[in-house]
Amino acid sequence: MSKRPFVGCGLFVLAAALALAQGPAAKVIVIKGARIVPVIGDDIPSGTIVIKDGLIDAIGAGVPVPPGARVIDATGLIAYPGMIDGYSFLGLSEISGVSATVDSRESGRVNPQVRSVEALRYDSMHIPISRSNGITAALVAPSGGLISGVSCLVNLDGWTNREMVIKTPAALHIELATIRGGRGGFMGMTGQQRVETPKALEELKALFAAARAYEKRKAYAARQTLLALPDFDETAEALLPVLRGEVPVVVSVHADKDIKLVIDFVTAENLKAIFFGVEQGYKVASDIQKAGIPCIMGSLYDMPPTWEDGYDALFRNPGELAKAGVKIAFASVSSSTAKDLPYHAAKAAAFGLDRREALKAVTLYPAQIFGLDKALGSLEKGKTATIVLADNDLLEFRTNIKHVFINGRETDLSNRYTELLEKFKKRDTEEK
Amino acid sequence: MSRTSRNIRIAFLAWSVLAAFGAAPGAWADGGNLLLKNGTVITVTKGIIPRGDVLIMSGKITEIGENLTAPTGVLTIDVTGKYILPGIIDSHTHIALGGTNEGSEPITPEVEVGEVVVADDVSMLTALSGGVTMIHTLHGSANPIGGQDVTLKLKWGQPSEDLIVKEAYRTLKFALGENPKQSNRSGISAATPPRYPATRMGVNAIIRRELERAKLYMAQWDRYSKLKAQKNPPPTLLPPRRDLRLEALAELLRGELVARCHSYVATETIEFMNLAKEFGFKVACFEHAWEGYKIADELAAAGIGISVFADSWAYKMEAAEGIAYNAGYCAKKGVLVSINSDSGERIRRLFNDAAKTMKYGGLSEDEALRLVTINPAIQLGVDKIVGSLEVGKHGDVAVFNEHPMSAYTRCDLTVIEGDVYFDRAQVLKEREEAAKKAAAPKKDGGAS
Repeated sequence: MSKRPFVGCGLFVLAAALALAQGPAAKVIVIKGARIVPVIGDDIPSGTIVIKDGLIDAIGAGVPVPPGARVIDATGLIAYPGMIDGYSFLGLSEISGVSATVDSRESGRVNPQVRSVEALRYDSMHIPISRSNGITAALVAPSGGLISGVSCLVNLDGWTNREMVIKTPAALHIELATIRGGRGGFMGMTGQQRVETPKALEELKALFAAARAYEKRKAYAARQTLLALPDFDETAEALLPVLRGEVPVVVSVHADKDIKLVIDFVTAENLKAIFFGVEQGYKVASDIQKAGIPCIMGSLYDMPPTWEDGYDALFRNPGELAKAGVKIAFASVSSSTAKDLPYHAAKAAAFGLDRREALKAVTLYPAQIFGLDKALGSLEKGKTATIVLADNDLLEFRTNIKHVFINGRETDLSNRYTELLEKFKKRDTEEK
Repeated sequence: MSRTSRNIRIAFLAWSVLAAFGAAPGAWADGGNLLLKNGTVITVTKGIIPRGDVLIMSGKITEIGENLTAPTGVLTIDVTGKYILPGIIDSHTHIALGGTNEGSEPITPEVEVGEVVVADDVSMLTALSGGVTMIHTLHGSANPIGGQDVTLKLKWGQPSEDLIVKEAYRTLKFALGENPKQSNRSGISAATPPRYPATRMGVNAIIRRELERAKLYMAQWDRYSKLKAQKNPPPTLLPPRRDLRLEALAELLRGELVARCHSYVATETIEFMNLAKEFGFKVACFEHAWEGYKIADELAAAGIGISVFADSWAYKMEAAEGIAYNAGYCAKKGVLVSINSDSGERIRRLFNDAAKTMKYGGLSEDEALRLVTINPAIQLGVDKIVGSLEVGKHGDVAVFNEHPMSAYTRCDLTVIEGDVYFDRAQVLKEREEAAKKAAAPKKDGGAS
């Protein structure tokens, strides 16, 4: 169920719940007259989208409006699939400098047992801000240490953390050494020792071997009833779904030589790998392409990995990876500025990434990377009605988002920004 | 080889790490001549010329218009399809400095960051690659009264004293709130007690105390000067003891220094305006001013500008209500707003941050661009020489491939006083040559 929440009885339960929550609202919503950018296939200069039971029931130029439907006149607007943030701390970090509000980083180095969904603050003030900029889903990732924990992929809408979930576990997260010393953080204040990648990979190899041995012992003891069952090993238990290939592993890897080492490592360990960060990926793009490993870009809002790479290394990296045939996705790597996701993609487009590819790298490609493209990532009949109506290019700064639908439900676009703005605007209008 | 092409060559040695950390090349002493042709000229203050030219002679803009010609030998760059705008100005950063906080004591107005300018800080190159030509680089926010700041042109490779913009206001940094009261410091214990002040009350009290001391100090000197000027000064007349700390504050009270005040929440901002009124000193600008939108009327009435982030917020408690509408909303209310970087990285995408005010605040392209050009120039007191493209102003210019307020734009050329300090085409050319060289088989050396 967790992998395919949009099919079967879950949908009926959801639809029934929505019907209850929204009272006698029309079951069918029609978006009429928008320019449609389906991401897959050609744009439709003026078309209609019919939303029924949370799904796209029909889409195209000559689609008739079913009787009794709520019709949204979207003339002058552009319909896009909702954007997906490939790596964020949404719901885990509220005010980064106030530790009581931060749940993204567990202590210690090996924490495969921690699950981001269990700390996800569904009413974080950062979530509606992202949503109102056209971002409808995000990977919520734990960070820190060697093995950071397990991420979840969530809709940016829901009355509880579990209501938001599209997929959990989404991936296990492994972090390797960054290029510029330390482990990042403000002035390197994260308090963790740097471990070079070859040594880290040795550690991982030992952990994986121990987990496999544990699995064997468990299986053997299960058959041999006279043998004591092995003690519960939370590390091994959490690693096994990854080693069995049921859960992908997101490896934060940065330097070109490390990327090559990790390609060999994940191949030898037979892991389903996704790379994150990949700042020097362009130097080994063909190796990554051959290995078929998709890449989630780290934040483009950073200095070049080294000065020899050139001032624009981070900006041109996505374009060069894409040209080499690597599947890329963008990420905010943030909670408080997660709304900036589209601008990372546009920045890469300014430095060589094809604009259509840039758009795919915030919609279709992250959906594909996390195995959700049957339901998300493009506007097609049968996919979830997760749709953004914008008054301009989705990746532009000036663009205003007018409507956001997640699973066919129109979401609230007010947020902490607008609430405070409206509150203090009242100074002008209140009676003196 | 022409002087300018030599300059370009030297400037881009800088992109290799050796030059980036090596000696200053210094080759711009004679001032620059340059003709930029066929771009969309965004003057900021005098409208837009859809297809125009900008001529810079001896470092100053001498002509803006259509079909301009330059004297023979002047470097001409065709920028057809691109946008010519004034060099971007960062009203608040800390780059190019050998130190930012004299945090050992809370009151240090006598220290000057202008004495520790690091003219080969690589962040200057980062800034240049984002079209930035001038920065106001400040003392940090550790102290209620921190020290004196400096305005620099990003003339990478020149001696540090040549970077300093003497026309700019002399500014004195104040800081309020969490940083001076040290509420985010770890490791404060019984053994290392917190410094006074530790509250916002204390921060204001200590500033008031120092200003009172400065007033008294000025009165002492006045009394001394008057007695000394008498025909027969008393034989026992002695000058007051000189105090460099109070000298600096006296300069503030006399208007020779203007205050730049780091403040976040509305209350502390209002109270600093009250202090300024009480003591009669000028506040040029509030830094960060994350709650400016709550008191936009007061700021506008006082004529005090703000230098703010576009949307970097929620990194500490006092930034938890820093909404992205702040800059645009305050600008619409008549507050002089600039967007700053406060960072050696963000500085290269100030134009992106300015563009965000179109969505959050509803500014037009032109209004948004002002936030990183003429507005910071006014805040620094240099709007007569930079901040817009006008005849007679300095030839500080940036060229972008798309409209600077588009998310798809890129800086292609940065010029200071007619000399090219960043040229993307040259970077790409050198990168290509380096790649060719690396790929070519070695001519000699045989065995490896």
